Amino acid sequence: MDLLASLLPLLPLVAGAAALGFGWSRLTAMAAVLGSAGVLAGGIVLSVATVGGDVVGTGGGLIRVDPLSAFMLVVIGIAAVISTGYAVSYVGAELSHGHITPSTGRSYGVLVQVFIASMMIAVSTDNLGILWVAVEATTIATAFLVGQRQTRAAVEASWKYVVIASVGVSIAFLGTVLLYFTSRHIGGGEASLRWSELMGMVGGLDPEVTRLAAGLLVIGYGTKAGLAPLHTWLPDAHSQAPAPVSALMSGVLLSVSFYGLLRYKSVIDAVVGPHYMRTILVILGVLSIGVAGSLLIVQRDYKRMLAYSSIEHMGLIAVGAAVGTPLAVGGALFHILGHAVGKSVAFCASGDILLDVGTTNVADVRAMLRRRPELGIVFGLALAALLGLPPFSMFASELAILKGAAAAGMGWVTAIVVGLMLVVFGALLRLGRNMLLGGSGTRAPSSMGRSARVTLVGALTLSVILGVALGPLADLLEAAVKVVTP
Amino acid sequence: MNDSTTAQLLGLAIATALATAFGVLWRRRLISIIRALALQGGAVASVALLLGFDRRSFEPIAAAVLVFALKAVFIPVILARRVRQTEELREVDPVVNIPTSLLAGGFLTLLAYATGRHIAQLGSDAASRAVPAGIAIVLIGLLVLVTRRKAMTQIAGFLLLENGIALVAFLTTAGLPLVIELGGALDLLLVVLVLQVITGRMLSEFGATDLNQLQELRD
Repeated sequence: MDLLASLLPLLPLVAGAAALGFGWSRLTAMAAVLGSAGVLAGGIVLSVATVGGDVVGTGGGLIRVDPLSAFMLVVIGIAAVISTGYAVSYVGAELSHGHITPSTGRSYGVLVQVFIASMMIAVSTDNLGILWVAVEATTIATAFLVGQRQTRAAVEASWKYVVIASVGVSIAFLGTVLLYFTSRHIGGGEASLRWSELMGMVGGLDPEVTRLAAGLLVIGYGTKAGLAPLHTWLPDAHSQAPAPVSALMSGVLLSVSFYGLLRYKSVIDAVVGPHYMRTILVILGVLSIGVAGSLLIVQRDYKRMLAYSSIEHMGLIAVGAAVGTPLAVGGALFHILGHAVGKSVAFCASGDILLDVGTTNVADVRAMLRRRPELGIVFGLALAALLGLPPFSMFASELAILKGAAAAGMGWVTAIVVGLMLVVFGALLRLGRNMLLGGSGTRAPSSMGRSARVTLVGALTLSVILGVALGPLADLLEAAVKVVTP
Repeated sequence: MNDSTTAQLLGLAIATALATAFGVLWRRRLISIIRALALQGGAVASVALLLGFDRRSFEPIAAAVLVFALKAVFIPVILARRVRQTEELREVDPVVNIPTSLLAGGFLTLLAYATGRHIAQLGSDAASRAVPAGIAIVLIGLLVLVTRRKAMTQIAGFLLLENGIALVAFLTTAGLPLVIELGGALDLLLVVLVLQVITGRMLSEFGATDLNQLQELRD
């Protein structure tokens, strides 16, 4: 089991090497799907192994998988399967339309796998320095994917993305160093850079320096997690990236960065008490939902619409983490999973819409349900999942977060969050209705690729199943929550 | 810090690092800014080297070699080559004029000494008392990122920020474990290379690298 945990992050790199060697073809694309399925299977095996609260990994702390890590690996695996499964037909179509060259296809195949591997290392390491290196590596792997189209907009988006994300993550590094300094100061060795070691020495850490480090860590990882007011790069980057990459960036990369904050939060709470991080995260969370709502009202671009919806969901997850009770944190983690599925499907479907109408303007998308019934239904259901409608899983997780917040005596926060969520709901509903029902058109022959259809319908089914019954996942969530709640 | 020569050399290196940050604010020609950054990289590397000798420990010395190769030689050389090739990149075009920038830099240094007090008090030696200098460089880096709107000056601001953080890391903990230093160095190198490539694309798409011209994406 230790070996599996250590080798699993290398699996995507094997698929990446295949793409590097043979370029983009149906065969290497299928190898990527197989690799992602392997990641998911490995994540499930590790979940079963750790659900009792056990930990697997290498002795040195390089790899340490506890229930929270295993849960995140499952989330990454699911989103990777959706993204690579959809990419088989999407990148194939881009190539056959001449939108991208074979060499771009090759670098796409390589960079996506490096990106997935970096996220897996970030969630399976115990070493907070490695976590930082891995999160920074995700920026580098995705930089050229964001700028892949090389249009003016793509150049602008990739510049803003790399500068803002790198500066943000550098600031997180300063926070990491300061926390390491306080632990060295009370006699910790190099091992005190490990999260599990740090959790054992919280009694002696200097509160003043920890508070300073906490602020820097929130700025750093909060930037990559897309929390307002540090979100400005996100709508640009997520709207310019190719659809399957947007799916991964919105669906999991944001959550992986937030996972870093969640780990740090348990250390910081133990040193300076829970109020400090709670206040910061509530402010950022509410601000994120508010910013998303106000910009969704005036939104005219459907990919940016999905990006702002991610900011809303990250805000909600931040509120759940801020509350800090098992119910709310469990809701936040479940929301991470539900969002990974729903947002991946929505972004992938937006790729087919872009192939269909050629622009990302909402106004150019008309009567999708009549013209392209299959694509319209998939996109509509994904939007419904993102709106938090039952029976999709985000209904249950939103309810858990809000109930947790109310039960923890944060009634005002709950009321404000619900109010802002209604704004987002109304705005998304209006945009979705315009795209699906507005205008007129005649039925076009369906051109949704087979791999895209199978992947997206399968993912939507999974979202419904998760919304109806958690099954064995309930135990994993409970074990994962225990890792980061006192 | 028992050896007074080492202590004096350490003080000199830290002062050089801070002074070169002001050099970046002060100079108008990009090539001078890149030279200031190279000198600063060398100063940060010497801090690591001195601490390594002082504490008889190998890791800071290895980190010093790494930092010197990357920040004092390799990155400045590739940036300078780019600047010499392209007319557009030669001069900076500050939003805030240079005297005001210098004044702001001075103010940020004071702020750094005020906020870095807790960290300085926690350590017992001369090295950790100099941490505010590193924080000042970080803040000046952020100032450059906000007030200089050309691609190359943004890279310069980012490098200032990185140098400041590296200085804080060396002064507080004599550097992180080597594997993380290596990973961080690789990340930094790749970010700079990625930004170079995007700068090239920006020149061919927009004919300029003035970031205020990037107005395609907005709500």
